[in-house]
Amino acid sequence: MSFLQIRNLEKTFGNVKVLKGIDLEVEEGGFLVLVGPSGCGKSTLLNSIAGLEAITGGSISIGGKAIDGLHPSQRDIAMVFQSYALYPNMTVAGNIGFGMEIRGVAKPERDKAIATVAEMLQIGHLLDRKPSQLSGGQRQRVAIGRALVRKPQVFLFDEPLSNLDAKLRVDMRTEIKRLHHRMGTTIVYVTHDQIEAMTLATKIAVLKDGVLQQSGTPAEIYNNPANLFVADFMGSPAMNLIPVTIKRNGSGVSISTPREEQDPLVLGVPNAPAGLSAHDGKEVIFGIRPEALTDRDGADRNAANVAESECLIEVVEPAGSDTFAVTRLGRKHVTARLRADANVAAGKKTKLAFNLDKAVFFDPASGLRIV
Amino acid sequence: MSMPSADNATQVNKLARGLIYIVLILFAIYYLLPLYVMIVNSVKPLSEIREGNMLALPREFTLDPWYTAWSTAQIGVQATGLKPYFINSILMAVPAVAISTLLGALNGFVLTKWRFRGDNLVFGLMLLACFIPFQIALIPAARILGMLGLAGTTRGLVLVHVAYGLGFTTLFFRNYYAAFPTELVKAAQIDGASFFQIFRRILLPSSAPIIVVTVIWQFTNIWNDFLFGASFGDFKSQPMTVALNNLVSSSSGVKEYNVHFAGAILAALPTLFVYIVSGRYFVRGLMAGAVKG
Amino acid sequence: MPTRNQLQSIVPKLVLAPSFAMILLFVYAFILYTGYLSLTDSKMLPSYGLVGFENYSKLWQLPHWWRALTNLAIFGTLYIVVCSVLGLFVAILLDQKIRAEGFLRPIYLYPMALSFIVTGTAWKWFLDPGIGLEHTMHLWGWESFSFTWIKDRNLAIYTVVMAAVWQSSGFVMAMFLAGLRGVDNEIIKAAQIDGASTMTIYRRIIIPLMRPVFLSAFVVLAHLAIKSYDLVVALTGGGPGQATELPATFMYSYTFTRNQMGIGASSAMIMLIMIFSIIIPYLYTELRGGPRQ
Repeated sequence: MSFLQIRNLEKTFGNVKVLKGIDLEVEEGGFLVLVGPSGCGKSTLLNSIAGLEAITGGSISIGGKAIDGLHPSQRDIAMVFQSYALYPNMTVAGNIGFGMEIRGVAKPERDKAIATVAEMLQIGHLLDRKPSQLSGGQRQRVAIGRALVRKPQVFLFDEPLSNLDAKLRVDMRTEIKRLHHRMGTTIVYVTHDQIEAMTLATKIAVLKDGVLQQSGTPAEIYNNPANLFVADFMGSPAMNLIPVTIKRNGSGVSISTPREEQDPLVLGVPNAPAGLSAHDGKEVIFGIRPEALTDRDGADRNAANVAESECLIEVVEPAGSDTFAVTRLGRKHVTARLRADANVAAGKKTKLAFNLDKAVFFDPASGLRIV
Repeated sequence: MSMPSADNATQVNKLARGLIYIVLILFAIYYLLPLYVMIVNSVKPLSEIREGNMLALPREFTLDPWYTAWSTAQIGVQATGLKPYFINSILMAVPAVAISTLLGALNGFVLTKWRFRGDNLVFGLMLLACFIPFQIALIPAARILGMLGLAGTTRGLVLVHVAYGLGFTTLFFRNYYAAFPTELVKAAQIDGASFFQIFRRILLPSSAPIIVVTVIWQFTNIWNDFLFGASFGDFKSQPMTVALNNLVSSSSGVKEYNVHFAGAILAALPTLFVYIVSGRYFVRGLMAGAVKG
Repeated sequence: MPTRNQLQSIVPKLVLAPSFAMILLFVYAFILYTGYLSLTDSKMLPSYGLVGFENYSKLWQLPHWWRALTNLAIFGTLYIVVCSVLGLFVAILLDQKIRAEGFLRPIYLYPMALSFIVTGTAWKWFLDPGIGLEHTMHLWGWESFSFTWIKDRNLAIYTVVMAAVWQSSGFVMAMFLAGLRGVDNEIIKAAQIDGASTMTIYRRIIIPLMRPVFLSAFVVLAHLAIKSYDLVVALTGGGPGQATELPATFMYSYTFTRNQMGIGASSAMIMLIMIFSIIIPYLYTELRGGPRQ
């Protein structure tokens, strides 16, 4: 039984449909991350759950109880905003306690709750300060504290880390994950950063232009993207997407793509699924992640299908832990992820191993996954 | 700010919004009423004003009061109408606005992109000039203008308006240029551009918004000035505001209200015109004058 | 022969120099000169016989001056308070996603484009019992309606407030509106989730956030109030009697019509001190960056 349920949710601003029938659910204690490029509707979706924007169609329920008509304060949710949205004229304690004050909670009780939260977030020494006297990370903690103190059924996070610098962002990310483990409360989290999505989520929902592209566990989204958009959006460096031509070849197929200054690349895919052989003679998009395209020694030994080919390396980018090598296939730049000490040089040919177990194929017209 | 509300409160909401509109419309009437009264009564014959209702539309429409106000009304000792004073105002305002705006732009450029020791003090001293009560300057200004041979002349008024407008124009341009990327100025310097080349080729082309704001602000203030015009102008240089006041407060003869109104609208017309044509900039100009940034 | 580099570093200062010199002369030298005159026996013309603080002690014994100060206190307080309250109120109403905002806002603001002389002329007539509002009410059949404040020694100063509020409140509204638009939308959302009602959000969060706007409005209005001259001249001429004299009109009449230049100069100095005691702390915190919210 899912805890937060969104059914056929629609939202229009004037003539513009920003949410086009979203169906989404998350189990109790889950961590749902809404991800997508800016303007995809993810923040609108979050605001709709919060009740900050009235929905045009569909329904939202928490714990089996419909909440779409309720005022934000009655939905039993708490929200952390991108700008932190701390009340500038109140102290940290005032900020955290404001909601309780509005609900008429007595002062001693309020102070106790504030102290508990402050201790949990290690902001006890900041309680008398004004937000303007705090650093970005401290403000972030206060904003989280203000949400925690409500003990809501669902936490909503709207790009909470995007205003922090890179290092602090990683620290806070870990901290949010730790908090989630400890509290066990359901979280809906909006971000445009796919790494944040991968690291935090128990479930990811990818949105584009107000349409839900795919939802599933991080591994499902990463390994089995439903369409070209999801494949391209998730993962860094991005998945290589190469136009190739399919040729039936006995029980398997071979895929080929032209190369400049080299013979065409031809890879055999034995035991190809029927869906792929049906595209005999047609062009499809061959998707392979950089980590499935390696030097020969780095190839996954457990993989059943590994094809090799000499490729001309154009650029070598050592990244410390790995070395990325860029070649060109079918007029597209293609990134391979090699071991840090791999013996490659720009302008030279090297043998690359394609782990075809991890390969995915898309229909170029619809963008949908074939296999 | 949006104040989204729960669906069940829609009825109350509609009522509240209706009330808000009513209050806002009442305020609009309050602000428009004096203008309406002036316009309506400036096209009525005097007899109709005396007997009739000031809010009523004219029964007999006449442009005579406008004609009288413009060219034949008795102002001071002469029956010249407001026309020569209108021209005085233009001859005073146009050069004063142009000079003070240009100087303000140069000052703003220097104070933001060619910082030197004590520049903040210089700016502070110039800024303070915006706020001094002009009464403090009346006696010495009269003497200086006399010494320069500018007493009672339009050029004298231009000088005074430039001097007391510099604080504002410098403030506007300084705030605007402060946000202009200094890297561009540095890049131009490396390319060998001189001070004036940088100003003309790099800064000025992107200064249109602030120039408009400054020109409107200065024009409104200078056109509407009364104190300097009354203190330093004679009948050959007095501006429109002084003439209007003379027309309205002259105690001789019958009070020709309709002529007074026509005159008042004539005096207000240029600034109102500027305001209607570029109201958006006008608001921004007012804001820039009052609130920082 | 200075090198090109040295020349380049001198040019900006040369450009700034004329403006700065003009301000030093027209503002600071004039202040010193007027300050000096206030210590002399100047009557109709400047004279340089020092008399110490005699002018000031005379000034403070003049009932006329006290009248001007009392009027300024009444006028200034009401002007600032009413403009701020009205301005904030209208700005809040206008900020409720009003469809006609683009149409209403210029209506509220246009009086600011008018000269105080025009405003004074319009209101003088509007408030004139014989022909304006009272007359109209009588024509409409409300025979007992009486509104003779402008002729009443005790109430005339309030008519100055009315006209001044009419002219300036739209401007204050625009300042508050800009302030309201600057409030982070997410803060309001956070407060809604905290369960605060619209009233509470305004009372506890938004209005406290308007503190800088209140301060700016106070400074602008206070300095306008102290400088007020044209409006009184056009509306009441300082009368009836001395009922609407303000320091600015006092200074003018003592200096130029009553030939008491020494006393006039000392009153101008007092006005300067009043304005500077408001402006300098304000500018100081603004230029220093001040404590930011």
